[in-house]
Amino acid sequence: MQTKLSSLWRAVSVPLFAVILALVIGAVILVVSGADPLRSYGALAQGAFGSGQTINRTLEKATPLMLAGLAVAFAFKAGLFNIGAQGQLIFGAIVSAWLGFSITGLPWLLHVPLCLLGGAAAGGLYGAIPGVLKSYTGAHEVITTIMLNFVALNITDYLADGPWKDDSPGNIVARTPAVLPSATLNEIGIIPIGFLIALVCAVGAWWLLWKTTIGYEIRTVGLNPHAARYAGMRVPKTIILTMVLSGVLAGLGGSIETMGVIGRFQPGFNAGLGFDGITIALLGKTHPFGVIPAALLVGALKAGANQMQFSAGVPAEIIDVIMALILFFVAAEMIVRWLIRTRTAEGEEQITLSTGWGAQS
Amino acid sequence: MEIVTGMSGLERWLRRWGVGALIGLAVAVAVGYYYSLHPLVTAAVLAAAIRHSTPLVLGALCGLMCERSGVINIGIEGQMLLGAFIGFLANVWTGNLFIAVLAGVLTGALLGLLLAFMSVTLKVDQIIGGTVINILALGLTGYFYTAGLVTQGKLTPIALGPLADIPLFGTVFFVNPPITYATFILIFVVHYVLFYTRWGLRTRAVGEHPRAADTLGVNVFKMRYWNVIIGGMFGGLAGAFLTLEAVGSFERGMTNGRGFVALAVMIFGKYTPFGAWGAALLFGMASAVQTQLQFGGRIEIPHQFIGLLPYVLTIVVLAGFVGRTRIPAADGIPYEKE
Repeated sequence: MQTKLSSLWRAVSVPLFAVILALVIGAVILVVSGADPLRSYGALAQGAFGSGQTINRTLEKATPLMLAGLAVAFAFKAGLFNIGAQGQLIFGAIVSAWLGFSITGLPWLLHVPLCLLGGAAAGGLYGAIPGVLKSYTGAHEVITTIMLNFVALNITDYLADGPWKDDSPGNIVARTPAVLPSATLNEIGIIPIGFLIALVCAVGAWWLLWKTTIGYEIRTVGLNPHAARYAGMRVPKTIILTMVLSGVLAGLGGSIETMGVIGRFQPGFNAGLGFDGITIALLGKTHPFGVIPAALLVGALKAGANQMQFSAGVPAEIIDVIMALILFFVAAEMIVRWLIRTRTAEGEEQITLSTGWGAQS
Repeated sequence: MEIVTGMSGLERWLRRWGVGALIGLAVAVAVGYYYSLHPLVTAAVLAAAIRHSTPLVLGALCGLMCERSGVINIGIEGQMLLGAFIGFLANVWTGNLFIAVLAGVLTGALLGLLLAFMSVTLKVDQIIGGTVINILALGLTGYFYTAGLVTQGKLTPIALGPLADIPLFGTVFFVNPPITYATFILIFVVHYVLFYTRWGLRTRAVGEHPRAADTLGVNVFKMRYWNVIIGGMFGGLAGAFLTLEAVGSFERGMTNGRGFVALAVMIFGKYTPFGAWGAALLFGMASAVQTQLQFGGRIEIPHQFIGLLPYVLTIVVLAGFVGRTRIPAADGIPYEKE
């Protein structure tokens, strides 16, 4: 019991103190710029956890973040850096919107899964492109995913402003029509259904990575592609599969955002979610179960930031600064451990995800 | 690098750069032909290509310095953004463009120092280190930016005497604002330093095989620190280019992914300054042609598809012709002294 408690403490203490340190430094910045930190943080907490409605908002915000984080973390396990979660996410978002407004007469129980699957498939297919390019031409996934983000931005913009544009009278902006009620994700109490789906995905990702042969291959390729090849694993196939699954996760994030929060696709409304996914994957130490609390934390910050801006007049961007500091302290464990005088948990090292771009297949 | 014996220097060069040279030649022929038809438009497009490429080259040089010494820098975007912002503020406060550029460069250097501290001293995972810088820059600029600040002018083009009178080349290369000239010079300087000086040899040694370099008495930590700081300066200069030379004001998130594109340009250019320049010019050219097509207004294609041009071109060239890039062997791996 004693050892269990102390090992739990060792696991939780660093992230906890990282958050506290980040908030303290954030407070210093607030004071310097003439804001009242107590009032600001009060408003932040109020906006994140103050009532059932705000908790609902926090969970809503956390959902696409969790899926984008899972997408990035999943790819990291195969040694792939998927900067393209953003593109995969918006493709998922627009395809579910299209399925959600164009197909009529389906019952909720069929329409919702159809839209989710469509979005996941769109994300997966878009994720496959960098995987195929890497496997067969050696094109580096960091470059191709960055470029594909811009491509996705342009194509979805075209669709939302062209063939799939909302042509209801009075609308001039680029956006799709609203998804039908039969394709809308609601809440159970204060918990959005989308959030539950994201949790299931996290468990699914964990199960796949650590309990199946495919997962074993993915992790082996990530640790050492040469060894994987000598062991008879088909490295190109594994790389493509990993990118597809990563894209599926990101695409689902976009779908849920469309079907549960925005209610349609509108360019710019999910900007940055894929990049936040990188932060969340890193905060969660690229483990699916680490991604869950990381996404909740960032979701709470994002949900509270609006309230803070509204009632304390503090620009919402301060939460980006706090996020960067949290990430810094989580990664630079030795600073925190020195400050709170805990030893490193046994067998636990500082995180390394990348042995550089160097791990070529 | 594959060491292939029995090949002449020319063969080796062609093997490595042949495709790039071919693309360059094709572009040159196309430009020459178009110039004979529409000289003014051609000159304008080429000048725009240079403008688009300048921050990308600088960003790529930033990445190059870091990665050649063994430190991955995905924080170029953040270094550019904060450099752009501080340069802009310095211009608002002092009204002196020289001080403003200096402030931008210094900001980049400070972020470089932060990256070096994280990746060399703390041995934090370098992808995380770069991400910290990106988010930090986004947050700080967003938080402290207040709309309505007015700058006092921006850097203007200077014609370099008789050189500027050369048809086409003169107007494209020798009528430029100062940071663009500085970029041209820096490309040559970085190439010379990396491949023809002791400093460069040590930098590359530290990026390829730090233990061997250490054994021979090279201070790995010091080399990495300085290279990452110098790289940061280039990143800051790229930011200063955006606010002080290209646009003249600041907007939230104005780097708009250029730091990441610069990363692509660096890898695309095979970790060499001239390679990066070529890649950036190709990308800049595609961007300029794209803009020209959009505003020329004679084509019935939705503008979003024309907007795809630079990105799709990069993917096609990368996948079809360039393929695998050899990366410095110790890139991304913190060095532990025994």
